[in-house]
Amino acid sequence: MFWIQAFVKIALIVGVLVNMAAILLWVERKQSAMMQDRIGPNRAAIEVGGVRIRAAGLVHSIADGIKMIWKEDWEPVGGDRLLYRLAPIIALVPPLCLFAVIPFAPTLHVDHLRDLYDPAWAADPNDHSIPMRITTLDVGLLYIFAVAGAGVIGAALAGWSSNNKFSLLGGLRAASQMVSYEVAMGLSLVGSFMIYQSVQPADMITWQMQHCWGIFVQPLAFVLFATAAIAETKRVPFDVPEGESEVVAGYFTEYAGLKFGMFASGELVEVCTSSALLTVVFLGGWQFPFVQNSGFEFHYLGLDISWHWAHFIVVLVGLLSFVLKVAGLIFLQLQIRWTLPRFRYDQIMMLGWRILLPAALLNVLLTGMGILFYNGLSTTGGGTP
Amino acid sequence: MTATTKVLRKPRRTLAEQSYLLEVVKGLGVTLKHFFKGTGQLVSGNKPSPVTDPYADGCATLEYPDEKRPYAQRWRGVHRLTHRDDGSPRCVACLCCSTACPAQCIYIKPAEYPEGDKRRGYERYPEEFVIDELRCIFCGFCVEACPCDAIRMDTGVHMTAFDLRSDFVYDKDQLMSHVGQDGTQKSANTRHEPGDPTHPGITRLHGGH
Ligand code: SF4
Ligand code: SF4
Repeated sequence: MFWIQAFVKIALIVGVLVNMAAILLWVERKQSAMMQDRIGPNRAAIEVGGVRIRAAGLVHSIADGIKMIWKEDWEPVGGDRLLYRLAPIIALVPPLCLFAVIPFAPTLHVDHLRDLYDPAWAADPNDHSIPMRITTLDVGLLYIFAVAGAGVIGAALAGWSSNNKFSLLGGLRAASQMVSYEVAMGLSLVGSFMIYQSVQPADMITWQMQHCWGIFVQPLAFVLFATAAIAETKRVPFDVPEGESEVVAGYFTEYAGLKFGMFASGELVEVCTSSALLTVVFLGGWQFPFVQNSGFEFHYLGLDISWHWAHFIVVLVGLLSFVLKVAGLIFLQLQIRWTLPRFRYDQIMMLGWRILLPAALLNVLLTGMGILFYNGLSTTGGGTP
Repeated sequence: MTATTKVLRKPRRTLAEQSYLLEVVKGLGVTLKHFFKGTGQLVSGNKPSPVTDPYADGCATLEYPDEKRPYAQRWRGVHRLTHRDDGSPRCVACLCCSTACPAQCIYIKPAEYPEGDKRRGYERYPEEFVIDELRCIFCGFCVEACPCDAIRMDTGVHMTAFDLRSDFVYDKDQLMSHVGQDGTQKSANTRHEPGDPTHPGITRLHGGH
């Protein structure tokens, strides 16, 4: 049963993510068009019985896919063929794997779909429940840093195995940029770990449900982590590894067809996963404001509203709110990508090492002081929880 | 002459500008404004027409094959040969146009009207009239040169793309089938046929043919 569940969930998530890449391609094109007073792609059409279906340009993504499949699978002469073929896989698989530990909805207790939530269910050994994540690891979010770190290998290998100086330069840039920003990325989350006192995504969400969203206690970390995450995706303000005007297309210059497509969709999947991560750590995960496990609860401003929902509705609302938050963050990321001009290489290094890193350390310090201060207040009984 | 020096200062950047974050937010504000405006226009379907309202805010794209900019009346399109009242070409095969043509892309084979035709002796007619539109540079000199207003470029049709080069070579029938922007195949200028009382050559002797 466990394996079937896991398999279904993996198939579901990978399917959604890969299709998200195609959809994001469309979103990106349309959104940038809207921002730049254009219409965007809209002419590709599927003809069904004389009716041309254009679906506002969505067909272009399908056309792109078909084009990539049929393109000549060209390989550079003198490159390392094994590594050359391995690189796109290494670039695409880690962002897909990242989703393994991200909970996207509250745990579903199958036996109690229509009942009011009861914390005792979780302790019941006979209870059938489906946790809405692929797996739970003891290392929690640390797994994400480990896997995300593997992404850099793909870019570096691609650059090295292409036997092309532009690719090599792009690969080097990608490697140095990603390694630099991973440092800041990891450190920026330390503050959150300290507050949540856990590295488990599920615990983080529970904490945020009981107190408030992480962005309110760690605003600086949110900005730092978002910046580092955008840098990790190697998209525009941080796209020197690709740098069309300098190194042709950077580390994937020599890639054609589907192999190029894997790099491109890998980037878009990374946008999804980084948004999901931000959601879990800073925006309360699947928690919708004022919705607890039992339903809508509003006990502020002198009001005392309790509106109880059946368990499956709470799960559904959780799933929806997770999707909405991720979609909003993706929108924000795309908006940033089409707003900011590219940083110079030295500016990127400067930002990573001399601004983000010290700021992340400062954030750890401030968080520690805050926790001490807050604990001191509560032990002397002076603080308001 | 005394040299004057003008000291140019580097524009000062405020702390807010240097911190960059605020400027990012401002930039996002600008692009978001455009985004919502554009999306609103696209969804509601009332985007300003780039034809009638070219300087309006918002989407400036012309969806070309579906929307077209109207051409000016004097715009030079594909040629046409104008008709007389009886449907024959106005052209009198004087070769002025093919002489004037800088691209030498007009070929005319003139022919005499048969014996007894009242136009015989006054004018000839083109047995063949061929324009290689691929060589044509659309200068309009042929139109300027024509004394009879027989060749015009007021069709409002621009050259289409064909697969074969030979398709670009328009013959007389093809040229005569084109219609002007005013919808007629004639010319607005009056034409005096030989034999009409208004014809200037009415008293000219034309025996011997
Ligand atoms: S437009 Fe110019 S180039 Fe073309 S046929 Fe007339 S004279 Fe020749
Ligand atoms: S089209 Fe005009 S200029 Fe050319 S041959 Fe005919 S009458 Fe002469």
